[in-house]
This record gives sequence, C-alpha cells and structure tokens, in this order.
Amino acid sequence: MTVISSTKDFVVRTATYKGGVGHASWILHRLGGIGIAVFLILHIIDIFMIVLGKEMFDFFLFIYHQPIFRPAIWGLMFGIFYHAVNGVRIIIHDFFPSTFRYQREMVLGAWVIIGILVVLTVGMDIFNWITYAGSH
Amino acid sequence: MKAIGQMPRPKSGSTFELLSWFYMRVSGLLMALMITFHLLWMHLIVGLDNINFSVVADRWMYPITGTLWRVFDLLLLIFAVTHGMNGIRFSIEDYVHNRSWQLFLKTAVAILLLFLLFIGSYIVFVFEV
Repeated sequence: MTVISSTKDFVVRTATYKGGVGHASWILHRLGGIGIAVFLILHIIDIFMIVLGKEMFDFFLFIYHQPIFRPAIWGLMFGIFYHAVNGVRIIIHDFFPSTFRYQREMVLGAWVIIGILVVLTVGMDIFNWITYAGSH
Repeated sequence: MKAIGQMPRPKSGSTFELLSWFYMRVSGLLMALMITFHLLWMHLIVGLDNINFSVVADRWMYPITGTLWRVFDLLLLIFAVTHGMNGIRFSIEDYVHNRSWQLFLKTAVAILLLFLLFIGSYIVFVFEV
C-alpha cells in the first residue's frame, strides 16, 4: 500500500498519478464541490437578507452586480453543471458496474451535456448583459 | 502528520457511512435535476440582471404556486446544505489527519450546517411581503 508521507508528497503524487480520465474527473469533482459549498453559504446568507426588506435586499445585490462577479458566476455555472453531470455518471457506474467499461465514452458524453448547459446559461447571461448595457 | 496507511480503520458495526454514501447519491441525483431547473429558470427565464427583491417575493406570494415554490426551495435547501456539508466532512477526513484539528473542523461544519438550515428554512417559512 502506498504511504503518503507529507503534503509535498501528496501534491506531487496527485499531479503525476497516472489515473487517467477517472482521476482527472475526481479532482475536478472535489474542487468543484468545495467551490459550490462556499457559494452555497454565501447564497443562503444573501437570501436571508430579505428579512431586512426590499431596499436593503436590493442594495446588497450591488455586490453581485460588480463586473468582477460576472466571470465568477460563469465559473460557478461550469462548476455546478460539472459536479451535477459528473455526479450522475458516478451514480450510474456505482449502481450499474458493467458501465465502467464505457467510462471514457461516458466522460465524453458528460462533457457534451455540461457544454450545452454552460453555453445556454452563460450565453444568455452575456446576451442579456450586452443588450441591458446597451439600453442605458 | 500520520501517514494514510497508518490511519485507523473506520469503526465497524455502524451503518452511518453506508447511509451517508447512499444519501449522497440520492440527494445528488435529485439535485442534479432540481438545480438544473433552478439555474435554467434564473438564467434563461428571469435573467441575471432582473433578479431583485420582487422576483423572490412574487414567487412566494401567491396561494398555490407560492407554496409549491416554497416546498421546492426548502427541499433544495435541505439537500444542498446536507450534501454540501457532508462533502466538506469527506474532504476534512481526507486531508486533515491531526485528530484534534479534525474534531474541531468537523464540529465547526456541523454547527455551520445547523446555522444554514436554520436561517434558510426561517426565510422559507416566515417570509411575508
């Protein structure tokens, strides 16, 4: 059994481990999951702000409307759709182990679905952003 | 830091980890559908720039659809918080091997879980325009 002895060893092993497509998926799933959990905390707190009333709630929304939040939200869209679709793939593998033979094909299929969902949401955001900005 | 090969095996005789593994799959599958709906609704139907107090308030206001939205939002809240905090617990167990730190962080995550469920469900149940 492999013994990982230090943080540096862990990082080196993670970066050089020849686990292929399953390993890369696992890293993205973990990173995305942690990122989503952080946003979830923020999101529950911002919805809670509604107790302060219309003026305060709409005022606090200016934080999300900062330009820097645009790419952050698009990154979030990718992170969430990745975690969701890759998660469904993992569930299929778990409950139907014979599908592991088609892991590579299913990862490819997952990326196609993720791509469509990200293009739909982010594309609409960009479209609205351009038309909205143009109306002022 | 203790090497991973020397970590104690999980205590046997408890079904908690098995249930946790199963729960991640059930809640994950449901959320994959619910959050896809949530995001397509907010980004395609509502539009990010239009989100404000009225969007949230109107949705929860009407007698029947309001209740349906609240049930949907409450379920999403419960699934997301429990699934998310359980995932953070997995990460803590994977990367933090010092027993005291692990206990501290897992306690903090448990408190955070209760706090988020409390403020989230408070809004869903109590909010009135």
